[in-house]
Amino acid sequence: MAYSERIKDFGRIRDFMRSFYVYGFKGRGEYDAKSPRSYDNERRRVESWLGDYMSFRRDAAGKKVFLSVDSRQIPGNPLYKAFKAKSFTNKDITLHFYILDILAGQSALSAGEIIDRIHRDYLSRADAPFPLDESTLRKKLQEYAALGLLCTQKDGRHLLYRRAQEEPSLPAWADALAFYAEENPVGVIGSYLADRLGGVPDIFRFKHHYILHALDSDILCRLLLAIDGRQAVELTLKSLRDGRTYRRTVCPLKIYSSTEAGRRYLLGYHYRGRQMSFYRLDAIQKVTPGRGEKKFSLYLEEWGRFDGHLWGVSANPEGRLDHLEMTLHIGPGEDFLLQRLEREKRHGRVAMLDGQTCRFSADVYDAAEMLPWLRTFTGRITELRCSRQEVVDTFYADLRRMEAMYGGDGHAVQ
Amino acid sequence: MEGTAMLFSEIYGSYYNAVAAILTEAAAGGLTRREITRIVEEKAFAESVLTIPAALEKGEWPLLDKEGKSLLRHPPTRPLTTLEKRWLKALLLDPRIALFSPDPGGLEGVEPLYRPDTFVCFDQYADGDPYTDEGYIQRFRRILEALRQKRMLRIRYRSRAGRLYAADCIPCRLEYSAKDDKFRLLTAGKGKMEAVNLSRILSCEMLETRVPAGFHPPGRREKELVLLLQEERNALERVLLHFSHLEKETRRIAHGLYEIKLRYDPGDEAELLIRVLSFGPVLEVQSPPEFIGLIKERLSRQRSLSFPGAAQTENGK
Repeated sequence: MAYSERIKDFGRIRDFMRSFYVYGFKGRGEYDAKSPRSYDNERRRVESWLGDYMSFRRDAAGKKVFLSVDSRQIPGNPLYKAFKAKSFTNKDITLHFYILDILAGQSALSAGEIIDRIHRDYLSRADAPFPLDESTLRKKLQEYAALGLLCTQKDGRHLLYRRAQEEPSLPAWADALAFYAEENPVGVIGSYLADRLGGVPDIFRFKHHYILHALDSDILCRLLLAIDGRQAVELTLKSLRDGRTYRRTVCPLKIYSSTEAGRRYLLGYHYRGRQMSFYRLDAIQKVTPGRGEKKFSLYLEEWGRFDGHLWGVSANPEGRLDHLEMTLHIGPGEDFLLQRLEREKRHGRVAMLDGQTCRFSADVYDAAEMLPWLRTFTGRITELRCSRQEVVDTFYADLRRMEAMYGGDGHAVQ
Repeated sequence: MEGTAMLFSEIYGSYYNAVAAILTEAAAGGLTRREITRIVEEKAFAESVLTIPAALEKGEWPLLDKEGKSLLRHPPTRPLTTLEKRWLKALLLDPRIALFSPDPGGLEGVEPLYRPDTFVCFDQYADGDPYTDEGYIQRFRRILEALRQKRMLRIRYRSRAGRLYAADCIPCRLEYSAKDDKFRLLTAGKGKMEAVNLSRILSCEMLETRVPAGFHPPGRREKELVLLLQEERNALERVLLHFSHLEKETRRIAHGLYEIKLRYDPGDEAELLIRVLSFGPVLEVQSPPEFIGLIKERLSRQRSLSFPGAAQTENGK
């Protein structure tokens, strides 16, 4: 099949772009492509869309292609371009402009009337033959009605189509679009709207901005619609560690997002496991909507109880809690430490023990999940206690490894 | 749900936008190949010039006549899809929308795509900006107006240490961090970009003075951090994703061993330090030496707190 910069299936390009952007050290033979040719095509597409952001490096193992962007310095998310490269047929694009032009005059017409006008007003003036049958047109009309571009009304036995009328004035949204097209979890929709305006003011920049999330927009959108519609879904997942594909049927409830680590998860009630479970959004390959869930409110109530002891996204089926206490020394002029604890404590508690000592405590499902956060207080911790001793042991064992890494035995660390 | 859920659809695509722009310009008179190519280069992708002009010329997409004039009777427009309307409606429920106050007309009876509480940002800082505070909203809008009109600003603000400052400045951008849930005003300082938290600004006034024509915001200062990563505990994926928003380059040095170069703003060094510390021994800083010094200092302080006796011995040396 001839190469095209347009794509039919987003899934494959999603994997490639993720690898180019997150990893960036893989060679041609290390991608999960059907063939080297297939890799070349995907790379060429990404270069066509994102040429300005692509970098290349050649080493002994061959050429390495990677995407490198400081997301704080760019006005818009370049990865959205992949969503604007959907393939289509000659009939798709031609009918798009014909149908919306014919219905621009506020008229309501049947499929038969529309096809007559297409032949009379456009095709009669075209040079090349353009075969078109009514069933193709009907499918397109139905598709556009489902998208909300057209409304339908009955006129006796005929179904009439007209353009959707009510809509907001987009210019009044320009500043909001400039912000939300980047910041919103499904900001790609804002980017579509910004395109309609011919661009938006270049006012905002974004720090800690995980532009990679854009690649999961389609999956996220389907999950949001299922949550809003209180529908169960079947998820097709691909393990990020070993590539294994598996399925789970869940009632989707919430989207958990880490603003610090860049990961996002679906939290859902897993029917077979009879428990709340998290699924990485970037591991979800497909979302198939299922039946309406009558117990949706009950599961939401269960979530309310469940969330109170989560630190991040790790739980245990028994609901056993780990109690953890961290005591910190606050030196003169180090009040910012208290501020840090207050803003980062999540479901934990902070108490002052004396003028220079405070204690953070929390009861969580999995205290091991707190280790990365605890390490950020290295140099301040006077005591660490946990009902699961292995958490404390791991913390101090890691500390010893770091001491060795940065200066041999402990005394050498200055 | 399928129709509504079609986020990945050609109707939003660059090709349709480019062709719509061509048809708009071709309403009054025929376009030349060069004019069509210019629009395609502006609206679509690098290789689209190989496809779009040819498809229009050959009549594969019969939308132009022989003279290159549009066959349509109206300028091409597209109604908003249900998905677009539902997304806009969801924004109206976001507390930050008060900063913009767009016209909600036309969205009556539209269901939001999601409710704000559908999302749980579990590690977002709890001391975010006061988006419902009237004074904050007014100051935000005044800054936005100054940015739009390219006018200077006079601001009074309180520093982190509690001191009061006043300054006339050139506003460059508003910067938002989802992690901090804060806006910062980026201004052009003495040859460098300076940032002031919006919540620390007590008052701001848009001055008559315009930003000089041809003014370019100063570039950011940058430093390079070189890290060595030992692949264990899924560290490779965690680290690369964690720092994916920074400009970076990764090389595999040996099996399970990677070198990562990150470019960062020196003003963020304290934050970067604790982010590196959070990964523990799977990440080793190779350079710059002053960053290694900061890590050693933290480890040394921790040792003296964990083992006071050891600290005494050290101090006694």
